Amino acid sequence: MKAYDLYELAIRNLRQSKLRNGLTTVGISVGVASLVAMLSLGVGLQQLATRRLAGSGMFDTVFVTSKQDFRGFDRDEERKDEHPENAPVLDDAARQQMAKLTFVTEVEPEIRVMGEILYGDKTHFGFVTGLPMSARENEAFDALQGKFFSSSSAEEVILLKDFAKELVPQDPASLIGKEVTLRYGEHQKLAQDSEGSGRPELGGDASGSNAGDSYGFSVVRKTQRLKVVGIVDEEPYGGMRTVSRGRIFLPVDLMQNLNMAEFGDMRSSLRGHGRTYMTLTVRVKDPAKVSQVQDAINGMGYRTFSVLDATKSLRRFFTVLDLFLGIFGSLALAVATLAIVNTLVMAVLERRREIGVMKAIGASDGDVKRLFFAEAGAMGFFGGVLGIALGFAIGKAINFGTAIYLRNHKLPPEPVWLLPTWLIGAAIAFSIIVSLLAGLYPASRAARLDPVQTLKYE
Amino acid sequence: MVDVGFRLWFTNRNTQDPTFRRAVSYVDSVVLPPASNPVPMNSSSLLTSSAVVTENVCRHYRMGDAIIRAVDGVTLRVAAGEFVALLGQSGSGKSTLLNLLAGLDRPSSGSVVVQGRNLAAMTSEELASYRRNDVGMVFQAFHLIPSMTITDNVELPMRFAEVDREVRQQRVHESLERVGLGNRLKHRPSELSGGEQQRVSIARALANRPSLLLADEPTGNLDSRTGEDILHLIRDVSHSMKMTVVMVTHERALAERFAQRLIFLADGKLISSGEAEPPPQTRLGDTGTSEGVLA
Repeated sequence: MKAYDLYELAIRNLRQSKLRNGLTTVGISVGVASLVAMLSLGVGLQQLATRRLAGSGMFDTVFVTSKQDFRGFDRDEERKDEHPENAPVLDDAARQQMAKLTFVTEVEPEIRVMGEILYGDKTHFGFVTGLPMSARENEAFDALQGKFFSSSSAEEVILLKDFAKELVPQDPASLIGKEVTLRYGEHQKLAQDSEGSGRPELGGDASGSNAGDSYGFSVVRKTQRLKVVGIVDEEPYGGMRTVSRGRIFLPVDLMQNLNMAEFGDMRSSLRGHGRTYMTLTVRVKDPAKVSQVQDAINGMGYRTFSVLDATKSLRRFFTVLDLFLGIFGSLALAVATLAIVNTLVMAVLERRREIGVMKAIGASDGDVKRLFFAEAGAMGFFGGVLGIALGFAIGKAINFGTAIYLRNHKLPPEPVWLLPTWLIGAAIAFSIIVSLLAGLYPASRAARLDPVQTLKYE
Repeated sequence: MVDVGFRLWFTNRNTQDPTFRRAVSYVDSVVLPPASNPVPMNSSSLLTSSAVVTENVCRHYRMGDAIIRAVDGVTLRVAAGEFVALLGQSGSGKSTLLNLLAGLDRPSSGSVVVQGRNLAAMTSEELASYRRNDVGMVFQAFHLIPSMTITDNVELPMRFAEVDREVRQQRVHESLERVGLGNRLKHRPSELSGGEQQRVSIARALANRPSLLLADEPTGNLDSRTGEDILHLIRDVSHSMKMTVVMVTHERALAERFAQRLIFLADGKLISSGEAEPPPQTRLGDTGTSEGVLA
């Protein structure tokens, strides 16, 4: 029988028992919908996570630390019989060297210190962190009230909204344009350092071996007038970087110029070399070049970390999540498969006579089998299409519900559900294949019917 | 009244008896059509061009421990273009024999040769092709597909035969015109009378232009007048389309009027394959009183 005739007969047969076949098709569509909704949720969540990471500006960044620091984090380094105490330190020379690497656009330190803002007659304690001018592109500043720093050494400050509320609970935005005073600790090199000029400089102690034992510093209380230029709702870089964990943001060069005492200074001092950076953030022109830059910096003897490593585990996590979502989504489809088997077995029983007649007038076993396959396939196809529509509706509902929930929690709405084009085709194909598999038994049962028995006059 | 030129009858004979078998084959070869038959047959064509030949064909079933010999060693020849009637009581094996000729069933032993091809040796796919292209079947219960219009019913065998759409439409019209239902194309079987349904069934049987028409009690569900009309139709179309017809019936009178030859079966065995008139007490048309010498 020709394919078109097969299709026509199958559709005609399906229309004979509209209710039953309709219900079975709806059953399939519910199965497909649950599968589609689940997988789309997986895809949507993955995209959301990736988007958040991408928007956080972390994908093009390599974090560099000295192997002298954070040693406990990588025991392998010690096992390899290396001597981390001899590893190169992160000083200005290293910073300049990194800045010269190809594809590197910016090398900035991550500076985070404790500080106090004086406003009115009150003081407010908070962490102060330094932001490079490139932080302007970070999504956190999309909703910035006021403006970003005018330059990287401007005497300006941006406050986190929560912190601004502590200063002016009723109208934090009114702070913009006002002046506040920052009280901080200044790092001052000790005068007894024979070679020191009294003015400490970063990496200044190049002849560390001579002056090592005599190295020390003082922390001197200082104040600095700052103009509030902006108020930001969220922590920059998704709260994932050292500099994001602050409430008072200053231009990073200003912080360096003010020579603020950092937590790591103590450690540098104990090791007997001059001031070093705890972490340098190397920004790369193109996320695809991150691993190349990372390799180059590793070659210089530093420890590096990039978010690419994190996305690897993220992808693995979402693969597993998708698998589980797929399995749960498939359960409904498995039940629908049984419904197809049931419907077609019923159809075989009901249409015994008809099958016998078809065989008597020339249908081969194969024709009968193909006809039932076509019916199963058609139910699969329509169930698939309907399921996509239903799944789409469920997904829209999930997004709608999530948006309301997020809004109630004062968060910007984000789509967590996303139906990719490939999933539409794949779900329909999967539905048809599953239906055909379900049709195997009824179809072969119909094909095996003995026409003599079925045509006996009753 | 049928005027037969040649009469033979047998009473409770052993069909395996060589003398009997010789007599049967003699009858096969020399039997002449009734004088009143409107389709006169040339006796030489019977000898030279057998459309259907069965050779000692058996169809046995096992039912529990018992073996049912539904058809038991039947040897038969039907000439091309001939119209024969298979007569016998219920359970005599006539429908089973018809199913064997139709390729719906396979013989337990022996052979069924239709137009030189042995059905017993065919694969099921080949049998389907044979049923599709060489055989048309008409049933007592019409066996139309109720959910289809009569056009669709008649078209169905052509779908299986992969006939082109345009040709199909044309043949459907032709076939339905031929059976006098050219104006009922869109009707469903339930909207037709019994006789009309049987006409549709005949039109369906003719759709693929078969050479052999097999009819299983085609008048069994019809009143006598309509039954007669149907047999007229079968005889006319088989004549005009040069088809061989094998018809199973228990209505002796109709068989005598329309068939060129009557073949009698009892207990699966061939009793007579000639233009025969059985004993007077075996009026097969009178159902319920058919026990007698044929049993």
